[in-house]
Amino acid sequence: MTSTNRKQNLLQQEVELTDFERQLINELQSDFPLTSKPFDVLGERFNCAPSKIKETLQALLDRGVLTRFGPLFNIENVGGCFSLCALSVPEECFEEVADLVNEYEEVAHNYERDHYWNMWFVLATKSEKSLSDCFEEICRRTGCPGMNLPKEDEFYVGLHFQL
Amino acid sequence: MNVNKTEYAHLILEVRRQLQRGLPLVQRPYKMLAEKLGVCEATVLKTVEQFREEGLIKRLGLVVRHHELGYVHNGMVVWNIPDEHVDDVGKILAKESKVTLCYQRPRRVGWPYNLFCMIHGKSRDQVRKALEEIQIKHELLFEHDILFSVQRFKQTGGRYVD
Repeated sequence: MTSTNRKQNLLQQEVELTDFERQLINELQSDFPLTSKPFDVLGERFNCAPSKIKETLQALLDRGVLTRFGPLFNIENVGGCFSLCALSVPEECFEEVADLVNEYEEVAHNYERDHYWNMWFVLATKSEKSLSDCFEEICRRTGCPGMNLPKEDEFYVGLHFQL
Repeated sequence: MNVNKTEYAHLILEVRRQLQRGLPLVQRPYKMLAEKLGVCEATVLKTVEQFREEGLIKRLGLVVRHHELGYVHNGMVVWNIPDEHVDDVGKILAKESKVTLCYQRPRRVGWPYNLFCMIHGKSRDQVRKALEEIQIKHELLFEHDILFSVQRFKQTGGRYVD
């Protein structure tokens, strides 16, 4: 199954999770032990065979419920520049502008939102200069008013998504 | 000495590259990575610990797709908070379990909002209700707006520069 097909299937039907899957997801978003045999440690914590944990995680990855498993890097500490950008796109050419914007490698997480500022995406580039260049180019090529809103501060979200 | 330093920097980069692909689901995941890199397991574990201490790794665990779990509506709540209170309000919002992201951003002409937070829900009403509860609980009477997602047309992971 291609990833697009899989996504469509998932959209049509909400994923159902078993209690065990739910528990694993809730607890392992932030609390994965950093040790030589992590699944053995988890087996004891969840009172089951380590293989059951590995199999369950693999199945969740295969179903697309999890994007990945492992360390989540703080991308800004890894390097590069990021900014949230918005465009105000006329309704009648929204698709066209979306195609143009999405062609950029630097564009990620493009969302349509119901607002005067109706297209929101993240720009990721190697330097601040290339970020503002890319933003200006997008504004120029689309002819749409834009806002470049780099983050000034991040408030640490301690609790993770509870299901 | 210089050679060792270079080798060490190279190792760090390689460990990071491997880790960004995710951990292998095997009994000793770090040992498997170590074997790929030609170093010992303890070195890899030490490097990961170091990444964590330095803040390069935010957290270790799994990453869920809200969308695939039925949380298809995300509301970006934007607030106009007086500058002197933005830090306090940001911290309050970030502590709320329904809030998944919280950032301070610059205001622009015609855009008075300087604090952004994200709330996911299975419906727009669920998102609105969560916001209302947070507002009542903390008496947040500041000007704000909710921008709901309409359709998602490109979802890619964060890009790494290497």
